[in-house]
Amino acid sequence: MKHLLSIADLSDLEIVGILDTASELEKLTSGSVKKLPTLRGRIVVNLFFEDSTRTRLSFESAAKRLSADVTNFSAKGSSVSKGESLKDTAQTLEAMGADLIVIRHPASGAAKRLAESGWIESSVINAGDGTHEHPTQALLDAFTIRKHFGATLTSFKGLSIAIVGDILHSRVARSNVLLLRKLGADVTLIAPPTLLPSTIDSWGVKSSYDFDEKLEEFDVVMMLRVQLERMNDSFFPNGREYSKGYGLDGDRLKRLKSNAIVMHPGPMNRGLEIGAASADSIRSVVIDQVSNGVVVRMAALYQLLGGPHISSSHETLGA
Amino acid sequence: MEILLKNGLLPDGSVSDIRIVGEIITEIGQDLSSSGELINCEGLRILPGFVDLHTHLREPGRENAETVLTGSRAAIRGGFTAISPMANTSPVADSAGVVEQVWRLGREAGLCDVFPIGAVSEGLEGKNLSEMKAMADSAAKVRIFSDDGKCVSDPLLMRRALEYVKSFGGVIAQHAQDPRLTEGAQMNEGVVSSQLGLAGWPAIAEEAIIARDILLAHSLGSRLHICHLSTKGSVEIIRWAKAQGMQVTAEVTPHHLLLTDETARSYDPIYKVNPPLRTDDDVKALRAALADGTIDIVATDHAPHPAEDKDCEWAAAAFGMVGLETALGIVITTMIETGLMNWTRLIEVMSSSPAKIGGYTSHGLDLKKGSIANIAIVDPEKRWTVDRERLLSKSKNTPFHGFELTGDVVHTIFNGRLVMKSQNLIGAVHE
Repeated sequence: MKHLLSIADLSDLEIVGILDTASELEKLTSGSVKKLPTLRGRIVVNLFFEDSTRTRLSFESAAKRLSADVTNFSAKGSSVSKGESLKDTAQTLEAMGADLIVIRHPASGAAKRLAESGWIESSVINAGDGTHEHPTQALLDAFTIRKHFGATLTSFKGLSIAIVGDILHSRVARSNVLLLRKLGADVTLIAPPTLLPSTIDSWGVKSSYDFDEKLEEFDVVMMLRVQLERMNDSFFPNGREYSKGYGLDGDRLKRLKSNAIVMHPGPMNRGLEIGAASADSIRSVVIDQVSNGVVVRMAALYQLLGGPHISSSHETLGA
Repeated sequence: MEILLKNGLLPDGSVSDIRIVGEIITEIGQDLSSSGELINCEGLRILPGFVDLHTHLREPGRENAETVLTGSRAAIRGGFTAISPMANTSPVADSAGVVEQVWRLGREAGLCDVFPIGAVSEGLEGKNLSEMKAMADSAAKVRIFSDDGKCVSDPLLMRRALEYVKSFGGVIAQHAQDPRLTEGAQMNEGVVSSQLGLAGWPAIAEEAIIARDILLAHSLGSRLHICHLSTKGSVEIIRWAKAQGMQVTAEVTPHHLLLTDETARSYDPIYKVNPPLRTDDDVKALRAALADGTIDIVATDHAPHPAEDKDCEWAAAAFGMVGLETALGIVITTMIETGLMNWTRLIEVMSSSPAKIGGYTSHGLDLKKGSIANIAIVDPEKRWTVDRERLLSKSKNTPFHGFELTGDVVHTIFNGRLVMKSQNLIGAVHE
């Protein structure tokens, strides 16, 4: 595996391989020594064209725990704000020795362009490209689901998963739909019609406008962040009405299955898509998602930069 | 100066010789001889020169992408003897001064006729009418007006424009794109856009404007031309309008006859174009419509851009692709080779019909004694591979690099002058 650009590029064996590697890395770094020497001497660049705290910190932490050197490049206040192109920025960073570039960019497809246009030789990880994909988020979500429902699961058959919110603009939803389908989960996308793509039937998953209809059936309820500026584009009238229809409040929380979990990629809009009762409940695995994010990103870095084989219960492909 | 075209296949099906003296075809017959320039046309088709009603030449203002001269070279390489540069230059071609400048640059290049299109609104801003009559009365004699690249979306301004140009026999060429429905749009709205996370450009944004403008033009008794149709729904609306006897003409680009939105999966903005590439269903409908006369003409929408405007992420890239030099090959490959259309129809869609719409009286003429000799001589069977490095256009943004096409232009004659011989350009005459 040279790049991690889209869940669509991964086989289900490769997905399970990354999750298993993450499990092994988690065990190896859960003691008092949190750091492995594996990527010593390698340089990872976080190239972030969008504001992001948690994803950047998560990648930085993952790289450091594998002993890689990390350089953070934020577009703001840099040459990019002076009009430098993506190509020139990437070539500059590579010339400084980058082995792997983690990119977040507001343009869909930016990571793929960076990896495949012949601009650079480095490996590329997509840390979110526009409204397209956020593959490490989907992997960490799958890792979180696995931890809850069976740590060695190689299939999510029989799990019913709802993804609720702004599907249309969500890279988290796109990556999760691809991944969860590959692993055989029963996925339902729930949103008002304005926030579902008009061709949603082609995605091969269920969709619904009604959050309440099958609330009792879901094993996982994944809430998406709703951008308040969508109101200005008339995707919905206001936060109050949105929240009434699609927010996970205390009443809806009570109706969930007893072992169901509540997920959110963060940052949460408390009171909009998720109420305090849900965000802080024992069902919520939002904090686990954050810590799982680090080990899953360690696994991704590890596989792309070709660290030595780690024993695992499944064959690790593409390392 | 005399040219004799020997043993070419004429549109009427005969294999004949054509004698050209000065600007004029003086004789058509068998076994003619001449002491002038002799061109062996055995195995070649002699066609009236092509006419493009939708070209972007970028001069004045963006001469790093294309100039009138480099665009003229690309045109004759593609067999075009008349091209119509759109008004979205810098400054905008919304005054007699700018259209005359472009027209004069065309004369100086001397390779083909350059008939500028004037802007409908000042600065293409969609607010006030530009001085269309002054442009019509200028040396450039503008008859086609368009805000191409932008839609004349204000129905009142569109109504006024349609009415206003009646006094000098003008036609409004509408770029049909509802601006509100396409804010931030990057590609066709459909299955592919939903998966790629690129903001969608719904078909209805084109179709709604076409439907509105057809009704508007009909109620006013005005002529309307629709630029670059791209959807099946647009085809159906035009078909309905023509069945009602309404005065509307429509064009399709070569790229919309061949490519679909599946190409966007590469995220390579070489495929980013306005209107966007649509689905296979749309491509089929456009081909059928071009064959059956619902769509009147092929127009290239030749849109040159420097390399840096495409060597970037999709959203940052410019819309558009070059097309003058590949147009014929694509039309033959998609329409003739597939059996959808014959050569008589090809002459209509690439030459006589666009000449009629534009009022270009020295183009699109039957090849007969007395006609002005604007001629494209074509090898209909030649298989060739598109190589962007060999394009004569200043810009290389073709999505067809590496495509194998059938049929290419070999010689081009403009106003009785051989401007391209065996695919080599012959120097321009400066007037």
